[in-house]
Amino acid sequence: MSSWFTIQKELSGRRGAALILLSFLLPLGIWSLVSYVPFIWHPMVEITGEGGSPYMEKGQRVKRELFAQENQRLAQEGAELMTGTRANPVYLPPPHRVLTAVYTSFKSEPRRPDDPWLHESLAHSIRVVFYGFLLSSVIGVPLGILCGVFSCFSKLFEPFFEFFRYMPAPVFGALAVAVLGINDGPKVAIIFIGTFFQQVLVIANTTRQLPPSLLEAAQTLGARGGTLLRKVVLPAIAPNVFLDMRILLGWAWTYLIVAEVIGTSTGITWFINQQAKYRIYENVYAAILMIGVIGLATDMVLAWIGRNVFVWNGGRRNEFFKFLFELFYGSRHETFSFVQKRIAKHADDTTAQLQEPIP
Amino acid sequence: MQTIQLPSYKSQSPEVADRFRRLKERQVILETVGLGKVFVTGNGEITVLDDICFKAYRREFLSVIGPSGCGKSTLIRILSGLESASAGQVLLDDKPVDSPGSERGMVFQGYTLFPWLTVKKNVMFGLEVAGKGRTEAEAEALQWIDMVGLEQFANHYPSQLSGGMQQRVAIARALANRPRVLLMDEPFGALDAQTRARMQSYLLQIWRNVDITIIFITHDLDEAVYLSDRILVLSAHPGQVQEMIEVPVPQPRSPKQHLSPEFLATKAHIEELIHPQRESEDVLPIIRLTQVGDEVL
Ligand SMILES: Nc1ncnc2c1ncn2[C@@H]1O[C@H](COP(=O)(O)OP(=O)(O)OP(=O)(O)O)[C@@H](O)[C@H]1O
Ligand SMILES: [Mg+2]
Repeated sequence: MSSWFTIQKELSGRRGAALILLSFLLPLGIWSLVSYVPFIWHPMVEITGEGGSPYMEKGQRVKRELFAQENQRLAQEGAELMTGTRANPVYLPPPHRVLTAVYTSFKSEPRRPDDPWLHESLAHSIRVVFYGFLLSSVIGVPLGILCGVFSCFSKLFEPFFEFFRYMPAPVFGALAVAVLGINDGPKVAIIFIGTFFQQVLVIANTTRQLPPSLLEAAQTLGARGGTLLRKVVLPAIAPNVFLDMRILLGWAWTYLIVAEVIGTSTGITWFINQQAKYRIYENVYAAILMIGVIGLATDMVLAWIGRNVFVWNGGRRNEFFKFLFELFYGSRHETFSFVQKRIAKHADDTTAQLQEPIP
Repeated sequence: MQTIQLPSYKSQSPEVADRFRRLKERQVILETVGLGKVFVTGNGEITVLDDICFKAYRREFLSVIGPSGCGKSTLIRILSGLESASAGQVLLDDKPVDSPGSERGMVFQGYTLFPWLTVKKNVMFGLEVAGKGRTEAEAEALQWIDMVGLEQFANHYPSQLSGGMQQRVAIARALANRPRVLLMDEPFGALDAQTRARMQSYLLQIWRNVDITIIFITHDLDEAVYLSDRILVLSAHPGQVQEMIEVPVPQPRSPKQHLSPEFLATKAHIEELIHPQRESEDVLPIIRLTQVGDEVL
């Protein structure tokens, strides 16, 4: 037991994997229990036969007390009783319905001909996040690094940014529309405002964590000025900046939903609102799930790239990245290592063949 | 009780005396003139170094020793140009220097290899900064890596090396620039005793093979006496030159000399200089937590 709770000690592979699986299975399990086991919650009754009731319709969901009252009334009048099964409210569809909706919502045609399909909505959302984050990073990362390195940049920019970041990005929505019109401009602007100021501050801070001893060592080796920045500061902070960017991208996603209701509603938010209006809640859940999956998948891909690029803390490059690195940085006189391996393997095979006795 | 009668540390054999005479005829590589350093802090000014004057001759091994906090690191940082002096000058080949440069190589106590570069790329760093082509830099770097005996580790990252290996790479990296003087600030301070002894032997061998003047900071008496031609002893608060000792132990050095009379005499003398009233300071008040009759035998 105690080995599950040792402070600051990584759990062994099996246990770790089990817990990771559990962290997803647990919510899913609770959801399934609530959906499939009637006596846990199921506060409604779905009417299967309306009997003699003039108010109720087949397929309608009513509160259990209401159903009981109505049936009592019908019994007193001697009319035919209603039949029904216990059910959850419509806003809580069971897991299997949501899972099928993930597939069917892509297939179902929009209600109005010029409305976008789901995949078009998703693409629109991704585009807005991408441009917002790209614009922010193109300015924010260099500025953050400069602020971290040079005190004059830090003094000039950071106090104002520190102040500005306390103003929530959405409050600039109306302004952004007034300045940038009703298309994607204001949406990208909201994501930019939400990300940029944090980004500069976070990256400046990461840059300041650079151990001064590395800079001093480089100086005693003759490096100064731009060389110092390019050959020491940038590579030294790169892994941490990359990590920061992963976290910041998550923040950019959270601003998406606000951004998408500014001006005309678009993208995945529009889709979710439409489906909620039509009361097709499994599509709502499916769309929310997709946002989560896209976010997690991007982060995992980035983490994977990070592991393969920043290998010096004990990581290992896979063959593909090895090839890329040799392509860009390898010495011109050596063949690629995967070619060398092939040749070595081939040579081994032929010697093995040669050593085989000829029958 | 019988104590061993040691000779004076000043009595040099004719060969040793001759060696020091020839050493001082050599070219002066690094010289400090009236070097002083005052730090201004919240609680006023602290004078850390005061009027430090010494000369380091070509291919000399000069150690600096002194009590903790006497300003050894500050001194070597001024020599390297990482810190500026409040008074006086550092002359390298008779020319004043005041900013870091590749002609003064430095090895730090902590590990300062660039973690994102392999051993080979680390050693190539200074060469590439100096504008050498990649092929040339690579060939030279490999030669220096051979010299510190790490040829199998050329493509390893620093995190894959032990502390001693990392310091050897740091030495190779500094030497690859062909500096005039190699400044070392307690480079073996973080190593265990055996590794440290091995590193001392490596350093002496490298020093013999390369035209280099070494200024070596340490707080370990054995290390200072074993490695050095001369030892600069600093006093604390403020750091001043207490004495420049010419080590009477013949060269080349070998671990056996650790017990030779000259060695012990020099060590005893420095001990005396650094910790003068040792006994009285080292006695703790007697607070007994043991039972009567439970004493250490
Ligand atoms: N930047 C600084 N500002 C203020 N005081 C400093 C600064 N750097 C060093 N000092 C002070 O200068 C004195 C000498 O420091 P230094 O690090 O040079 O000593 P040292 O001889 O190398 O000590 P050690 O044996 O512990 O390495 C110390 O008292 C220290 O507090
Ligand atoms: Mg020190």
